[in-house]
Amino acid sequence: MEAAAEAGNLAGVQHIILVLSGKGGVGKSTISTELALALRHAGKKVGILDVDLCGPSIPRMLRAQGRAVHQCDGGWVPVYVDQEQSICLMSVGFLLENPDEAVVWRGPKKNALIKQFVSDVAWGQLDYLVVDTPPGTSDEHMATVDALRPYGPLGALVVTTPQAVSVGDVRRELTFCRKTGLRVLGVVENMSGFVCPHCAECTSIFSRGGGEELASHAGVPFLGSVPLDPELTKSLEEGRDFIREFPESPAFPALLSIAQKVLIEAPARVP
Amino acid sequence: MEEVPQGCPGTGSAQAGRGASCQGCPNQRLCASGAGAAPDPAIEEIKEKLKTVKHKILVLSGKGGVGKSTFSAHLAHGLAEDENTQVALLDIDICGPSIPKMMGLEGEQVHQSGSGWSPVFLEDNLGVMSVGFLLSSPDDAVIWRGPKKNGMIKQFLRDVDWGEVDYLIVDTPPGTSDEHLSAVQYLSAAHVDGAVIITTPQEVSLQDVRKEISFCHKVKLPIIGVVENMSVFVCPKCKKESQIFPPTTGGAEVLCQDLKIPLLGKVPLDPHIGG
Repeated sequence: MEAAAEAGNLAGVQHIILVLSGKGGVGKSTISTELALALRHAGKKVGILDVDLCGPSIPRMLRAQGRAVHQCDGGWVPVYVDQEQSICLMSVGFLLENPDEAVVWRGPKKNALIKQFVSDVAWGQLDYLVVDTPPGTSDEHMATVDALRPYGPLGALVVTTPQAVSVGDVRRELTFCRKTGLRVLGVVENMSGFVCPHCAECTSIFSRGGGEELASHAGVPFLGSVPLDPELTKSLEEGRDFIREFPESPAFPALLSIAQKVLIEAPARVP
Repeated sequence: MEEVPQGCPGTGSAQAGRGASCQGCPNQRLCASGAGAAPDPAIEEIKEKLKTVKHKILVLSGKGGVGKSTFSAHLAHGLAEDENTQVALLDIDICGPSIPKMMGLEGEQVHQSGSGWSPVFLEDNLGVMSVGFLLSSPDDAVIWRGPKKNGMIKQFLRDVDWGEVDYLIVDTPPGTSDEHLSAVQYLSAAHVDGAVIITTPQEVSLQDVRKEISFCHKVKLPIIGVVENMSVFVCPKCKKESQIFPPTTGGAEVLCQDLKIPLLGKVPLDPHIGG
């Protein structure tokens, strides 16, 4: 395979996982960030590729907003978010002069940047490359899968919230995964219930059960339900390490179990 | 719709018809002749077609999952409560069409007539159109690149027979890309009242909403105002309030003050809606 001979900037990446959802706002960026943090705590080197060009959320979630991207011989140097250089990140967020500037691009221009993010970023040696995607099944998704396919097999985590309107979109995303040959590691149900801090009553604000039913319908593993936790939301807003700071959060066990699944089952790159 | 080549530079580009990826495209000669750079005749056609539509409102958000479709659906229902008000709801979220499910119209089909596509009527005075009605199975994925999505939006605006309408509400997907550019472009000759922008209180939403506001300014789309959704959660048992999506940077209120845009209201989380 000619791609294997010319692996270039992805030669040192052992596992690639796409985090997808048909639906917006279900927590793809949240799950991508928490997965990266959990993998780091398991001693792994992780890269995050944020291909949400219109709404790049990851820089803020790792307290990396406003950082500059430097060039090296191999291309762009990804931004390291910690001193130990165990998590690095590339996002269009770093390329905007003004963070409020809108990226108003049509498909072809988005595709071109995504290709550059894959081939022109000096990712180096990584155990895992986590790819955060925007909602949908369109240009960004096709460009990302096309650009990464030579470095496969590619794993996929699909995120939903419990309610029918999310599950409806995520069913389509699972079809996309099937059609493009992604190996679905499983479905994550996010925002599964909220435990009132005043009286401990658990309310299913966004309904319940949809994620598990969806996984069963599609014949893929159900990886767990992550409940709503304002501490998690705040951690992401402030770029803190939720996995280290809130091990007692109700969201913690599910996030850890997702990371475990990835550690055990993510398909490794065929050299 | 014919497939366009992967590296299509865009019909309005200086490279149209001349780029390497144009070879073999059925539209190559058309683009190379410069015809692609001329204004799309559909813009005038849409202006004519939508002459019978009094008010056009786009519901936008940079961020996904904040409740655009929920808000659009509720706004449509609310306006249609007066049976003398004709309301139309157009869903241009091509990849994730939520409106049919929200309106209880899943499985409905679109019919053609001499005057175009007929919207699906929920009530006599509330018509709905969505790509969801054109899909044969709930598992069908619409895996289309930009140009094909744009073509669909053009058809929705030009070929749907809305009739006499007081309010056309256009529900959009998150972002600032093909769908949004096309909607604004095709509606450029038909007067659009403006955009309602939906957000949730937390900064990760607001940072995308600022981009959406920047988009509106760029394309000269008036902004009617911002709605803050999922503001607070009231526990059904103890009735105490919790902020599930904390407004760490002041929420929509501060954003609206900073950018001098009206805050139209705050909507709490209600499991009856969310569930």
